[in-house]
Amino acid sequence: MNESTPATAAPLARLIDELYKLPGIGPKSAQRLAYYLLRMPAEEARALASAIVEVKERVTFCSICQNVTEVDPCRICMDGERDRSIICVVEEPLDILAIERTQSYRGMHHVLHGAISPIDGIGPEDLKVSELLQRLRSGEVREIILATNPNLEGEATAMYLTRLLRPLGVLITRLARGLPVGGDLEYADDLTLKRALEGRQEIES
Amino acid sequence: MSAPRMYKTEAVILRQRRLGEADRILCIYTPAYGKMDVKARGVRKTTSRMSGHLQPLTRCMLQLAQGHVSDVVAGCETLESFQPLRENLDRLSRGLYAAELIDRFAPERMHSFPTYRLFVETLRRLAEAEDLDQTLRFFEMRLLDQCGFRPELEACSGCGSRLEAVDNSFAPISGGVVCHVCAGGIAGAGVLSLNGLKVLRLLQHGSYNDAMRVRIEGPLAREVETHLRSFIVSVLERDVNAAAFIERLRREGARHAVEA
Repeated sequence: MNESTPATAAPLARLIDELYKLPGIGPKSAQRLAYYLLRMPAEEARALASAIVEVKERVTFCSICQNVTEVDPCRICMDGERDRSIICVVEEPLDILAIERTQSYRGMHHVLHGAISPIDGIGPEDLKVSELLQRLRSGEVREIILATNPNLEGEATAMYLTRLLRPLGVLITRLARGLPVGGDLEYADDLTLKRALEGRQEIES
Repeated sequence: MSAPRMYKTEAVILRQRRLGEADRILCIYTPAYGKMDVKARGVRKTTSRMSGHLQPLTRCMLQLAQGHVSDVVAGCETLESFQPLRENLDRLSRGLYAAELIDRFAPERMHSFPTYRLFVETLRRLAEAEDLDQTLRFFEMRLLDQCGFRPELEACSGCGSRLEAVDNSFAPISGGVVCHVCAGGIAGAGVLSLNGLKVLRLLQHGSYNDAMRVRIEGPLAREVETHLRSFIVSVLERDVNAAAFIERLRREGARHAVEA
C-alpha cells in the first residue's frame, strides 16, 4: 500500500505500511493509528514497542498444552492442584481464557490452534492433533472434553477427533449446545432448538 | 441483474471467513445472482440471532441490503439444514467438496438456476445416499456439463475417430477420451478401461436414479474418480482442497478397519 505522499516523512510512511499489514486495518485506519502514535508521549510509544518485541522474544508455546506462555511448561500445566485426568480441547488460546473465566473448570487444556476446514485446505495435519495423541499415551487421561466452536468447522473437528480418539478408550464429551443466555426462542434456528430440546433437563426444586 | 436497495434471495452458504471483531464474510450461492460475498454483522457473538441460520451448507432465505463494497445480511431464515450431513464426517466432507467445486466453478453475480438446483439436490442426496462417492461423481459430471466443460466420451478427442470397444485413454488436457493411437503423444493421458468408459457415459447421459442403480465399487470406482478428478483439476488449474481430506478419512478408515 503506500498512500503516503512526498510530504509524509519516511519513518511515518514506514510505520503506516507496517500497521497496514495488521488484520482488520485498512489504509485510512493505518494512517490514523500512525498519527496517533506520533502524537503519543515518547515513553508510551517506547513501552508499546518494547511490549511488541518482548512478546515475540519471550512468549512461546507450552510443550504440553500448546497454549501461549512465557514459561514452558505453562502455569496451568505446572499447577499441581489441577485434575490431570481431564483435558479440555479448544481451538484457540483465547478459548482457554473464556473457560478459565468461568472458574468452574479445574482440569487441563489442549489448544489445537485452528479447526478443520477442508475447503480452505486446513486438515488435521495442520492442527496440534499428534501432540494431543502423545498426551493420551501416558494413560493418565480418562476424559476428553471437545470444546471446539459450535460451527461447521468446530463440529467437523470434534467429529474427526471423536473418530480418532474413540479406539483409545477414553471418555469423550462435547460441550452442551442449545439456546444462548439472552437469546429469543423465536429467532433460534432448527438445529439449535433441536439440540436444546435433546439436552433439556429436569428442574430441581 | 441489478438488485434493489433491499432484496430477498434464497441461498446456500458455501464458506465463511472472519471479519473484524464479530463479523463474517459469507460466500453464498444464489439461483438469481450466482455466487457472491455478503457481510454478516455480529454473527460470531453467541447472542447473534442469525449465526445458526448462516452456517455453511445451510439453504436459507436471506434479506440483503446493498452495501458499498458487499451487501449486508439484514435477516435470514433456515429453509433446509441438511442435518444428517452435519452429523456424519463422511457426508460432511463430501458436502464441503461439492461446495468447494461450486465455489471454484461458479462465476460471481451470474444467475445459475440449473446449477443451483443441481447443488441443492446433491446436498439432499449426500444427506441420505448410501454411496456418497457415486453421488459425488454424478454431481461432478453434471457440473462440468452445465459449466461448459463436458468431457468428450463418444469419439477420440485427439483425432475425432470413433472409439473402439477396448481399453482407451483419458486425457484431461485434450478434453476427454483418446484412442490408443493418439494417447502416446499426449501428456497426462491415463488408461481408461472399457467398463470405466461405460460408467462415465452412464454418469453423463443417465438420470441420477439410473446412475445409482449400477453398483460401482473397488478399482472401477477409483478409476472413474481419478479420471474425473484429473479432468476437474485440469479445468480449474488447481487442486480441490477438500479432496485431500476425503482421501485422509478413507485412509484412516481403512487403517482402523484393519486394526479392528
